[in-house]
Amino acid sequence: MEAHHHHGLAPHVCGECCTKLENLGVTLNGVPVLEDISLHLHCGELTTLVGPNGAGKTTLLRALLGEIPHTGSIHFLPVFGHGREDAPAIGYVPQRLDFDRFSPMSVQDAFSCVLSRWPVVLWPTRRDRETAREALAAVHAEHLIARKLGQLSGGELQRVLLALSLTPVPNLLLLDEPVSGIDLPGQEMFYRTVSELRRRYDLSILMVSHDLVGVTAVSDRIVFLDHRIVCAGKPAEVIANPEVRRTFGLDLAPAAPETP
Amino acid sequence: MNTWHHLISLLPFEWTQFAFMRTALLAVLLASPLFALMGTLVVNNRMAFFSDAIGHASLTGVGLGVLLGLADPLWALVAFAMILGLGIIALQRYTRSSMDTVISLSMSFSIALGVVLLSRGGNFNQFSHYLIGDLLSITPGEVGQLLITTLLVGGGLLFGYNRILLLGLNESLARSRGQSVWWAQMLFCAAVVMVVTMNLSWVGILIVNSMLIVPAAGARNIANNARQYVLYAVGIAIFSGVAGLIVSYYANTATGASIVLVAMACYLVTLSIKATREVLGRRSAV
Repeated sequence: MEAHHHHGLAPHVCGECCTKLENLGVTLNGVPVLEDISLHLHCGELTTLVGPNGAGKTTLLRALLGEIPHTGSIHFLPVFGHGREDAPAIGYVPQRLDFDRFSPMSVQDAFSCVLSRWPVVLWPTRRDRETAREALAAVHAEHLIARKLGQLSGGELQRVLLALSLTPVPNLLLLDEPVSGIDLPGQEMFYRTVSELRRRYDLSILMVSHDLVGVTAVSDRIVFLDHRIVCAGKPAEVIANPEVRRTFGLDLAPAAPETP
Repeated sequence: MNTWHHLISLLPFEWTQFAFMRTALLAVLLASPLFALMGTLVVNNRMAFFSDAIGHASLTGVGLGVLLGLADPLWALVAFAMILGLGIIALQRYTRSSMDTVISLSMSFSIALGVVLLSRGGNFNQFSHYLIGDLLSITPGEVGQLLITTLLVGGGLLFGYNRILLLGLNESLARSRGQSVWWAQMLFCAAVVMVVTMNLSWVGILIVNSMLIVPAAGARNIANNARQYVLYAVGIAIFSGVAGLIVSYYANTATGASIVLVAMACYLVTLSIKATREVLGRRSAV
């Protein structure tokens, strides 16, 4: 189930293990939510977590973020020079950023806030401005730098959050259903950007999704989670798994052609 | 201090001839920017109800100070408000109830206790100046306390502004950046307590929260980024502080309340600017 040696990777992708989860378990309010999760995340790879509602997908991300206690172990192997083994640099893009849309905060302000302690209420430093512009350029969102966060569309906001989570480049990037509620062109743009970034920064990415079919093209590996790991592997292998097909209704009558 | 009095008395107004007015002006100029800066964070982090509770809890602090036989209940007031403020945050974390429930609970308790303490023997009226405040009797020593508060808390706020702003944007996001949410929240609440309690005697319990909220709320109507937000809030706070002081002199009204009314007028102006912009924006979009 656990494939350690991958073929067909781009030559500059190291493919090494970056994050190791061993026998991880989480119990919330006395109810076991995750059991016996052993998973290796590799650099330059996008691993997608799929599974039914309430399967513990977001819980797994929260355990990785250190927000909730867990049993078992999580090992981070820092590969970028910054971040420590016990406190790695983790980038995080939440499912839907729950924030005050009328807050007078520009995209540049959000970057200034995370980049330095130089008060954002004074002029942004040249370094902060340049870093923000470069990070936004990497996700094709340079033009949004002076816009108010609350005025961005769903897709624009997710790309800005992605750029923010990559500043500085983290050891591990966590994406929690990053495209839910975004229109189809916005989704495609987001996935394309994530694919580019994974290669450029040799990133190890863990993405949660409920849309199995939508993520097959972009994922290197898919993990089907239902409180424990039911199956994991290349997208084609996971899609062939009978339990996966049953959960996602893949064996039902072929999808009716979409009305234009 | 002498230079200040000398300079201001040169201004060609009747009110500048009085030492108490010149001292009051200095107090307003020191406190307003701090109120505005803190207010921007209080509004952004949805803490308006919290700061309101702190203001009201101060009544109990005064009561405890009197009970302990202190000549000036200020420090009893600061201590009680601090315990209550940090207690609210800790209780909310522990019970995981909603913030407004925990605040209501604590506020009901502290106001009831305060009224009981202060009304013993039917002497409540002698404390009524805490309710509406009295700027014109502020002493140079108290202005010195204000200066120290402004420098310490203002410096701390500027230093921590980015973190508190990020915390207000989204807690999980702040945590993923390796920030200690607990410490940031506690320190910020302690700063709110300091600003509210140190200014209470001249602003008054009933309206101290408006001094925090109104300039920031007005600035939000017209600001597009964090820098404008603070700049406009400080502008509104200083303008309404000075204008309110002068109005209260000529109209013979309570200064704190006069300042708040001017600030409210500024708020209405920003609201109309916002409405005008939206109409113009819609027209240009068509």
